[in-house]
Amino acid sequence: MDIKLQQISYAYAQGTPFEKRALFDVDFEIPSHTYQAIIGHTGSGKSTILQHFNALLKPTSGEVHIGDRIVVAGKKAKDLKAVRQKVGIVFQFPEHQLFEETVLKDIMFGPMNFGVSEKEAEARARELVGLVGLPEDVLEKSPFDLSGGQMRRVAIAGVLAMEPEVIVLDEPTAGLDPRGQKEIMDMFYKLHQERGLTTILVTHSMEDAARYADNIVIMHEGKNVLRGTPQDIFKDVETLKNLRLEPPRIVRFQQKIEKMINTPFSKICLTEEELATEIARVLREERAES
Amino acid sequence: MPEILSLNNVTFSYTPEEERSRNAVENVSFSVQEGDWIAIVGHNGSGKSTIAKLMNGLLYPQQGDVRILREVLNEENLWESRSQMGMVFQNPDNQFVGATVQDDVAFALENNGVPFEEMVERVHAALGQVKMGNFLDHEPHHLSGGQKQRVAIAGALALKPKLLILDEATSMLDPQGRAEVLQTVQALRAETGLTVISITHDLEEAMLADRVLFMNDGKKFAEGSPDEIFALGDKLVEFGLDLPFAMKLSKLLQKEGVPLMGQHMTEEELVNDLWTSNFNK
Repeated sequence: MDIKLQQISYAYAQGTPFEKRALFDVDFEIPSHTYQAIIGHTGSGKSTILQHFNALLKPTSGEVHIGDRIVVAGKKAKDLKAVRQKVGIVFQFPEHQLFEETVLKDIMFGPMNFGVSEKEAEARARELVGLVGLPEDVLEKSPFDLSGGQMRRVAIAGVLAMEPEVIVLDEPTAGLDPRGQKEIMDMFYKLHQERGLTTILVTHSMEDAARYADNIVIMHEGKNVLRGTPQDIFKDVETLKNLRLEPPRIVRFQQKIEKMINTPFSKICLTEEELATEIARVLREERAES
Repeated sequence: MPEILSLNNVTFSYTPEEERSRNAVENVSFSVQEGDWIAIVGHNGSGKSTIAKLMNGLLYPQQGDVRILREVLNEENLWESRSQMGMVFQNPDNQFVGATVQDDVAFALENNGVPFEEMVERVHAALGQVKMGNFLDHEPHHLSGGQKQRVAIAGALALKPKLLILDEATSMLDPQGRAEVLQTVQALRAETGLTVISITHDLEEAMLADRVLFMNDGKKFAEGSPDEIFALGDKLVEFGLDLPFAMKLSKLLQKEGVPLMGQHMTEEELVNDLWTSNFNK
């Protein structure tokens, strides 16, 4: 399911003295099955955009295309339920939204709300609990007896149980320890590939964007100022610095090495593994030459 | 150096009455001297936050004791002890009460009956220390995450504590905000010699400390300088943490057959080693 934002602007409290514009002519497209990262500072408009992906907010001007649904500024959109089933949003600290007596009931709540039968919802919950890395016996427990990391996984399973085609992640690893962060990010990447999802990651982690995303959009003061592949974006360090953003550590380290040996590498490395391989290759070449 | 705080063989369980009760903290001892910066690291659920609650008397140990300025913490001296320590929590939005930055910093002073003139002075001084002196009348909710946490630190400093406890105070911030807060703490330490305990799973933050306590499943697994702790290498990963960037890369490079003299904690050391071991021949 493609998502297109066409020249959208958004103002909070429009028409009141407190009006505050948050988005200005934001325009980009997220093709089906791609992994899109949206990066920006606090206050850059990331969270406002996010709420347009399933029409929680409607633009004050412009159009949002969600698959074949079009949400146009100023027009009343009907039947948004289908859109909200197809676009699942994992909000920041999603564990705060858990409320049911048992984990099973909590995961089943979303799909049943969209008219899925009890039997089917339960089957989905039983399958998903393993997929998000939890033992099956948690299903009968109260979600409030679980650890923070486990609660987060339950909340994620609840979103996945609606079987969305697009999944939107708002800082999904905030507050988790490094292992938990990696497990969650790897899990989303696996789901992205295995289920052919369209994944939208809203983050301030340059490292995660470099490692997982096909495309990156950079938001600054309510506008999308840069877009491209991670290679494109991280090539131009000066532009990033002007936007008060730091390129990922890996890229900064690569630049240090390039400066030291006075030879540019053939590509920009996006993971530690890639960088180690590339440094080893450059060294072998240098040695062969001397 | 006088001792500020110590835990002595402390054991705590949230469900002591249950038969198969698990100890959240088990037989943990350590002491903090005046001027120290101690980092407590460990995975989610390793007992870090329970320790924080034991330190300020929100919880009491079932075994062992907690001493503040060498006195065993108990119901009688709880308030006196708490006034010795300032705490900054994870979520900056959950700790604001004042309508403006200066009201917020003044809140605890008002509660403690500090006279008005002195209060104004202390509020201004504390906000100056965290470089937020130009934000006196701003609304806290309109600040960035890093600014909010700096105001929270000022709120703690205004009480002139002996000890500042940062409980995952940078974990919700963006990289810029995190850097702001850590620079603030470093500057405070340089200027005032403040004693700091930071509870974190950010290893770059732990590297700034004088000493690191490494928690695993409620027990103190190791204690030492950052160098000593990071030398544990794979144990860190096994217990839910990560390696610092330069160390991870050193390992990967050695795996690729790149000659290096060792594994390095900082980027500077790694770059230098790469240079001397490979190019400078």
